[in-house]
Amino acid sequence: MLQIIQKFINKVFKDLFKTRKHIKLGLYGPPNGGKTTLANRICVDWLGEEMGSVSHVEHETREVQIKEQINITSGKKALSFNLVDTPGIATKIDYEDFMKKGLSEKESKKRAKEATKGVIDAIKWLDDMDLVIVVLDGTKDPYSQVNITIIGNLAARDIPVLIVANKVDLKKADVKKVEAAFPQYDVVGISAKYGQGIDKFYEALFVMAGK
Amino acid sequence: MAPSMDLTLQFVPHNEIESLSSLGRIKKLLHLVKEDKIILLEGRLKREEETELIKATMEQIDEEFRGVEIGVFYSDQNYGDILKKIRATFVNMLMGDRIGLTVIGPASIIKEIKRDPSRFQLLAQAPKASKRKAKAKRRR
Repeated sequence: MLQIIQKFINKVFKDLFKTRKHIKLGLYGPPNGGKTTLANRICVDWLGEEMGSVSHVEHETREVQIKEQINITSGKKALSFNLVDTPGIATKIDYEDFMKKGLSEKESKKRAKEATKGVIDAIKWLDDMDLVIVVLDGTKDPYSQVNITIIGNLAARDIPVLIVANKVDLKKADVKKVEAAFPQYDVVGISAKYGQGIDKFYEALFVMAGK
Repeated sequence: MAPSMDLTLQFVPHNEIESLSSLGRIKKLLHLVKEDKIILLEGRLKREEETELIKATMEQIDEEFRGVEIGVFYSDQNYGDILKKIRATFVNMLMGDRIGLTVIGPASIIKEIKRDPSRFQLLAQAPKASKRKAKAKRRR
């Protein structure tokens, strides 16, 4: 009972506070799902500049990155937010995996160390988010524990979630499988790289933000 | 023929962790995992404890310990309809976190946990002899 009252009070305060500040929109998900590619797509569309670098080697984003005051519009609707791109959340980081992708041993160990710190920071930032987009690789199995843990934690914090099934430009992508894995959430299939489905994504973003 | 390997599966009943604090639970589980054991935990951790477990794992990763694989299995993950949701909520109230099963193991042994709503597959591999263990063996 106490928990319910506490949740209610938190929500009321959060809602009151929300009207006075920019919404923090977080990009969360496992590594290499395309969070930074989507962040770049949003930033290029609305600010005309990219946010961060992308790579086929996992854990390219190892620090939380913020782009402030992004204003997006659609007809009469407008939404203003600070975009927070977070490092991919993982339960394991093996420096030898980076070596297999061509990095030297020294670089790999450094990357692994930074990546572990990045995961910790991403989790710490969860509490600060107002809205979250969970970016999943649409070609991969959506039933991974990391995906379930991230989404479960956001639900426990009452943070609205939109799930993006990215990489629909690839044949293996299966948006329906992602929808089946998370039936309680809105799922939008996009290709952050090529822009496919991006208009639907912005529409879903307005709906999630209550616009 | 594939080379044989020894796997240690340790069952941890829920009553072994229920009196512990969140930090205590995480410490206990990670301690077992770092002994190259695959833990079968009765029930599941709280949602916040799952993220704390990931955080604690990240803090301990080094050249020897590469992290963990986790799989949590319980029947009410995807609520089919409202009746099922009500039933699951009621069972949850009665049983707490005792329902389901959590598998946690070292990433050096569990390569992948594949799952769909009704079954899971655990792909394991023989652990590489760690420097720590090799040293201990030489001393003997």
